[in-house]
Amino acid sequence: MVLTGAEIVIRCLQEEKVEYVFGYPGGAVLYIYDALFQQESVRHVLVRHEQAAVHAADGYARSTEQVGVALVTSGPGATNAVTGIATAFCDSIPLVIISGQVPTAAIGQDAFQEVDTVGITRPCVKHNFLVKDVREIASTIKKAFYLAKTGRPGPVLVDIPKDVSMHQCEYEYPKEISMRSYNPVVKGHSGQIKKAVQLLLGAKRPMIYTGGGVVLSNAAEQLTKLTRLLGYPVTNTLMGLGGYPAGDRQYLGMPGMHGTYEANMAMHYSDVLLAVGARFDDRVIGLPSHFAEEPRKIIHIDIDPSSISKRVKVDVPIVGDVKEVLEEMIRQLESGEARPNPEALAAWWKQVEEWRGRNCMVYKNSDEIIKPQFVVQKLWEVTGGEAIVTSDVGQHQMWAAQYYPFTKPRRWLNSGGLGTMGVGMPYAMGAQLAHPDMQVACITGEASIQMNIQELSTCKQFRLPIKICNLNNRYLGMVRQWQQLFHGGRYSESYMDSLPDFAKLAESYGHVGIRVDKPSDVEGALREAFTTHKNELVFLDFQVDPTENVYPMVQGGKGLTEMILSAEDL
Amino acid sequence: MRHVISLLIENESGALSRVSGLFSARGYNIESLTVAPTEDASMSRMTIVTTGSDDIIEQITKQLNKLVEVVKVVDISEAAHIERELMLVKIRATGKDREEIKRTVDIFRARIIDVTDASYVVELTGNQGKLDAFLGAIEPALILETVRSGVCGIGRGDRVLKL
Repeated sequence: MVLTGAEIVIRCLQEEKVEYVFGYPGGAVLYIYDALFQQESVRHVLVRHEQAAVHAADGYARSTEQVGVALVTSGPGATNAVTGIATAFCDSIPLVIISGQVPTAAIGQDAFQEVDTVGITRPCVKHNFLVKDVREIASTIKKAFYLAKTGRPGPVLVDIPKDVSMHQCEYEYPKEISMRSYNPVVKGHSGQIKKAVQLLLGAKRPMIYTGGGVVLSNAAEQLTKLTRLLGYPVTNTLMGLGGYPAGDRQYLGMPGMHGTYEANMAMHYSDVLLAVGARFDDRVIGLPSHFAEEPRKIIHIDIDPSSISKRVKVDVPIVGDVKEVLEEMIRQLESGEARPNPEALAAWWKQVEEWRGRNCMVYKNSDEIIKPQFVVQKLWEVTGGEAIVTSDVGQHQMWAAQYYPFTKPRRWLNSGGLGTMGVGMPYAMGAQLAHPDMQVACITGEASIQMNIQELSTCKQFRLPIKICNLNNRYLGMVRQWQQLFHGGRYSESYMDSLPDFAKLAESYGHVGIRVDKPSDVEGALREAFTTHKNELVFLDFQVDPTENVYPMVQGGKGLTEMILSAEDL
Repeated sequence: MRHVISLLIENESGALSRVSGLFSARGYNIESLTVAPTEDASMSRMTIVTTGSDDIIEQITKQLNKLVEVVKVVDISEAAHIERELMLVKIRATGKDREEIKRTVDIFRARIIDVTDASYVVELTGNQGKLDAFLGAIEPALILETVRSGVCGIGRGDRVLKL
């Protein structure tokens, strides 16, 4: 069958069972948009800014097990998409981004809306392609999806010049793809796994530390099973929340800069640490040299060999898909006789419970002024802990992670690696489209939300009933906190004057806006949003305490055990 | 420590920038980098001379392996290997210098491949040390121009880097 390049692009998306494409049209993608217009199975979501297109595709991917797809035009369309692409890259999210390019003959001529998209995106994609021949479109898109979702997932960009999308050729979608230069490992080395299991069983102070890899590999069930089989304490990083059910006795909360006292202490003083799909990030282990002071054996399971022994020396590396490796560990444990040493484990738990007894997550509530933590707790109550929660970046992100216990994976969407403000609403859009019957809440701040506020319009057009919980403290809260603690209280440019009336702003887009000033009104407003206005977008503008800080805290450059637990520690 | 890393990479446009971009983005050193297609025109062979601690070299090889277009990576300096570099030097050659330069060229088993009444172009292959020594043996004021290819490397004996 002879088709145009543009028609082939759409056929390929259909073959990949793509439900939604998030995008924005422009000159270089006119043929592709024309082909999109003439079919119905791939639905297009028209965003208001290309950055949001990529974030929304990213949110869709994070909340499902699917590859997210974005479509943008050349030049500014592609450069606007870069932040979204880099955000997905840092968190290993599978995306395919299709960008238009100026016609082949115009490339390099400084043509209108021309940029070197492949060059600009090269450092922040898993891979990218410039398709110069219409006959290569189908195989390239097949490769792009394959690369995006296999191995360590990531965004893949396909740049298609306008003339290539117009040319015709015989179309056939390749059934399989093989690339001699790309063969990701799936199964872990059984000898290494055996060693790991023996090391784990002999541990006196064991700790399980898991990250986004557990979520990406859909291995929450296996992690839970292994953890319960062993009876060891477990912590989930910011990216790994929901990998193990929060609230369970074995769960110690999140580790790291704003993690719990018990998680950080147990990480630090463990004698055997099992790291699963996590990468010993600077926000998680603090100063590496301080972390290395305590002798401990480290087992590290990761699909990406370059994540192993990158920041921390690992004793038992296991390269492979987290799910496969955990399954093999469970198999070996269940078939063997050996069990953990009960006396040692009891003593270790006694110590862990002592740490937990410090109650580091307690904050001083108030009847006068809304505490941001209180809003998150109420949101958890009102949604029964069953919502998909997205966040932007800053204090509100940490409070969301700390006070909304996630019991399932793919319920918590945030930009952990790149820390991109402005992801919250687009993530919620992608998640709500993927899960039309679920409650989707976006916990944000007045600064972050303004970075993609234009998407209120997209939400109206596509009737997305997301609930925006704006923790409005009139400050770039995290910046203010650091300025208070480390820069002598000089609040350089962290205060925002002239904020809009967010409730009215939301109303002007046709949504519901509610301003909440008093602690006693928080729960009522949330209930109103999730029941009375169930099918509408509600913008809840909570006026929260501008002086509240995120604790516990490990300062940058300090060790994990050197925590500030509350304002009294200062 | 100095290391010589050899790799096979798909011969596609942009492949070189992926490798060089990786080094600059992660702050690794490149002392030299050479690249050309192999007998199989769909693949290029690259030789990178770099320096770094064992941890950094481990990361470099892992990060190179992670690039989608990289087919194989070997640190050939981990075992017996041969390194060669080509150098072309244009030397001012007048009067009594002409004979003296000719003698030095012979000592280094180099070749004069272009002659004018005022200059020679000398071609010399060898490891980096030999090339450096040749330059050291020529009066600096006489050296008009130097071009070096960067190092090419290959393992000795049975060690073969092939698909």
